Amino acid sequence: MKPAPFAYQRARSLDEAIALLAEKDAKLLAGGQSLIATLNMRLSSPALLIDINGIGGLDAIALKKGSVEIGALARHTQVERSDIIASHVPLFARAMPHIGHPAIRNRGTLGGSVAFADPAAELPACLLALDGEIEATGPKGTRSVKAQDFFKGLFETALAPQEVLTGVRVPAATRDTRTGFAELARRHGDYAMVGLAATARANGKELSDVRLAYFGVSDIPVRAKKAEAALAEGSIDAAFEALDLDPHDDVQATAKAKKHLAGVLLRRVAMQLTEVRL
Amino acid sequence: MSSRALDINISVNGERVEARIDARKTLVDFLRDDLALTGSHVGCEHGVCGACTVRVNGEIVRGCLMLAVQCDGAKVETIEGLSDSGEVADLQAAFEQRNALQCGFCTPGMLAAAQDLLKRAKTVPSRDEIREHLSGNYCRCTGYHAIVDAIEAVAKQRAGGKK
Repeated sequence: MKPAPFAYQRARSLDEAIALLAEKDAKLLAGGQSLIATLNMRLSSPALLIDINGIGGLDAIALKKGSVEIGALARHTQVERSDIIASHVPLFARAMPHIGHPAIRNRGTLGGSVAFADPAAELPACLLALDGEIEATGPKGTRSVKAQDFFKGLFETALAPQEVLTGVRVPAATRDTRTGFAELARRHGDYAMVGLAATARANGKELSDVRLAYFGVSDIPVRAKKAEAALAEGSIDAAFEALDLDPHDDVQATAKAKKHLAGVLLRRVAMQLTEVRL
Repeated sequence: MSSRALDINISVNGERVEARIDARKTLVDFLRDDLALTGSHVGCEHGVCGACTVRVNGEIVRGCLMLAVQCDGAKVETIEGLSDSGEVADLQAAFEQRNALQCGFCTPGMLAAAQDLLKRAKTVPSRDEIREHLSGNYCRCTGYHAIVDAIEAVAKQRAGGKK
């Protein structure tokens, strides 16, 4: 047995999970696809694991007044196969197949991925590109946090110690919505060396409201705002020149390689954004 | 009440199993150490290699990234079950025929992942789709071509049989 001993409890309700989080060294267990790996390697050794998988009603995907709400316990596979996501959140539909491998996506949850905030993960960048909101519920009730304010640092989010991420809300796509997604990984499904999630509004061939959210280039997903502006003015080459990123070396690639790959992705994603939608 | 050991009741390859197990025991360790089902292999133990792939409630999962206590009430199927039921017999035959296994360590996981793709596929998957579906399964003998060949052959064979 690899993990250090811990106590385990199934939370039957959100309130119970929140109450249990007050205990010393308690951690939530959702899909477990990152957490159990760190337990196996003893990179983390919580005193109590609170299993939230049995809490009902936290895995719904629903279209509501121009927004799509996704419960935190929606598994990646469920999001990948959802008709609502395919029709109304095409950026997620593009990104899902890149998350891990089928066996990982069958367990991993949207909420877990967002709360874990791995700098190379796909979903945090998608939320930033979509200008989405994260819903957190704690002892004082529920609040919404904009994606741009949610990711604070390396594996660090705006969640308070006793808060549970309960869902996300993103704007539903309209006829003029364009999205793009690409990433480069050493093996399909591995964490990206560099990745890019993008949204824009199209009027004929012209783009506006371009949002380029890169992942794997910093501690948190970051927008390339100068490149966004250049792309809105219509020039992919100018956007490429304007790419304002400052990646650092990591185990995956050097900063120089990442910067180069970010440019490659920019061109690929720009092509997706300007594709005519039928 | 929280507890370091819990009673679970699960179905493993169609047989009911009741056991009291440590909360920290992963599913694959439970299957191997407590039930002597050693067909599921333990490779990397952090979800990268796919050697521990098993089916829980019909979906493939990493046996090393699920706690056994999380399977309370679930239906677990291992390579022993998939093999005994004959569900993967054609895949096994094709793997043997095409030398799609060398040391055999990755084979149970490969078979489970391949079967997952084929049972879900509405048409014969392309070689790229097969590779993508198996991207989470490492073969350190690097016999990937033969594995893709075997799965492609079975996919065509099964599609032919449906006509």
